[in-house]
Amino acid sequence: MNRLSWFNAVSLTLGFAFLYIPMIILVTYSFNESKLVTVWAGFSTKWYGELMGNEAFLSAAWTTLKVAVASSTMATVLGTMAAYILVRAGRFPGRTLFSGMIYAPLVMPEVITGLSLLLLFIGVGLDRGVTTIVLAHTTFTMCYVSVVVSSRLATFDQSLEEAALDLGCSRAEAFRLVTLPIIAPAVISGWLLAFTLSLDDLVIASFTTGPSATTLPIKIFSAVRLGVSPEINALSTIMIGIVTVGVITASLITKQNMVRQRRDEQAAARTQ
Amino acid sequence: MRRFLLIAIPFGWLLALFLVPFFIVVKISLSDVAVSIPPYVPQFSWETGIGTFLRDLDFENFVFLTTDSLYWKSYVGSLVIAVISTFLTLLIGYPIAYGMARAPEEWRATLMMLIILPFWTSFLIRIYAWMGILSREGLLNQFLMWTGVISEPLTILNTNYAVYIGIIYAYLPFMVLPIYSALDRMDTSLIEAAEDLGCSRLTAFWLVTVPLSRNGIIAGCFLVFIPALGEFVIPSLLGGSGTLMIGKVLWEEFSSNRDWPLASAVAVVLLLILVVPIVLFQRNQQKQQEAEQ
Repeated sequence: MNRLSWFNAVSLTLGFAFLYIPMIILVTYSFNESKLVTVWAGFSTKWYGELMGNEAFLSAAWTTLKVAVASSTMATVLGTMAAYILVRAGRFPGRTLFSGMIYAPLVMPEVITGLSLLLLFIGVGLDRGVTTIVLAHTTFTMCYVSVVVSSRLATFDQSLEEAALDLGCSRAEAFRLVTLPIIAPAVISGWLLAFTLSLDDLVIASFTTGPSATTLPIKIFSAVRLGVSPEINALSTIMIGIVTVGVITASLITKQNMVRQRRDEQAAARTQ
Repeated sequence: MRRFLLIAIPFGWLLALFLVPFFIVVKISLSDVAVSIPPYVPQFSWETGIGTFLRDLDFENFVFLTTDSLYWKSYVGSLVIAVISTFLTLLIGYPIAYGMARAPEEWRATLMMLIILPFWTSFLIRIYAWMGILSREGLLNQFLMWTGVISEPLTILNTNYAVYIGIIYAYLPFMVLPIYSALDRMDTSLIEAAEDLGCSRLTAFWLVTVPLSRNGIIAGCFLVFIPALGEFVIPSLLGGSGTLMIGKVLWEEFSSNRDWPLASAVAVVLLLILVVPIVLFQRNQQKQQEAEQ
């Protein structure tokens, strides 16, 4: 069974071609000389130059980055707390409601989440802008963080925590010195997930923002509604590049950690 | 005390920013539209009390949803598009997941990363990529004319076909991953046993592999169907004026027509439609978890 049959080879090739060819075309045409995105007229990097001179895009990118850092950090703290409660706090009044509120935003259509938050912000008289987007993003991304973190919390050996408590740690110390280092990879991937979701979000940001704050997806959306433009291709290429480098680095680090862990385990088994 | 605070902070946050907003949506869906800021007249206020509220309660916006054909056509349109594209995603996703699960061990991590990578890339950009491919002067038409398959360019962009392509493309990883994990866990000796007992490869596939990956198929279908139903970006970038999807209608009701009470009513009904698949999905996940334990 360890050789690819021709059927599997064909379906894998076609499947990955379908997933990647549109991206490759997008990237290729960002280096096109012509303004027409569909006609190749020679290699050029002029659209990257124009992009760098486009104040509106740059300031939108800056706003997006600020929103993403702030909301993903808050979401990581809240999401980790929520995960800890779900896995460790046992029974408390409203537990079912709480876990429902953690899972519901994952399947909620963005248009509904966006609309409901907008109506809330209007209702309490909060000025719409960066703050309201951060609040909105924190709310929907904390649920993703808590799902990622709680799956790690559920699988790890609780006796380690108990040992720390027996040896005189307070609960808070045990969490900081034992639990947190163990769940750290999950917390970091939760943060990364929240960060990308925030960077990427168009719908919720559009609902909850005011005239004072425009994020990159909002800017891109209003530009591409008018049609395809090479500047957007250049911007997309930069974003795809960053993501690709990030994901490959992350997976190499995970692989290295796994190798190291296995080596440590083997060494531990030998000394016993 | 500490335990109380630990629970109270995230609990309070979700109550204030997730649950309360829903009640506001329901409340505003019952109020009347007005030319003011905010653009509606509240139906319920503490001054007039619950008596007046109940007397004036008329579900006017909900009645309007049933009388204007745009709305029910959009609900039906969303359902049809979501069902068809979920089915097509399954047809395309299953062979990919199968190929991944049967690929040599040392390839699998890389294949897995290649499936996940698009998920990290901006959704908007992935949809935008298709605009240049599917347009009349686009690369697909150029390619098909060059090969001589067609002599006239096809109109694909701004039709429902483009919406199907967009949904399949955007949600394919959600279909592939759960099916892959089901197939990966499967004991392949069961297929060998079926073949030894006289099944052809195809019958063995139908009678052994498909039933054993059933949970993955169900999870994948829900993960595609639920977001596709409320989709906004794909129909507004790839669809045309004839593409009626409820996410788009809600957005337009809110941003162009500024009829917030009606937008809220649209949202409430969409939510009611979604409750069924969401509950079914949760139940399926729970059953699977219990089966694993």
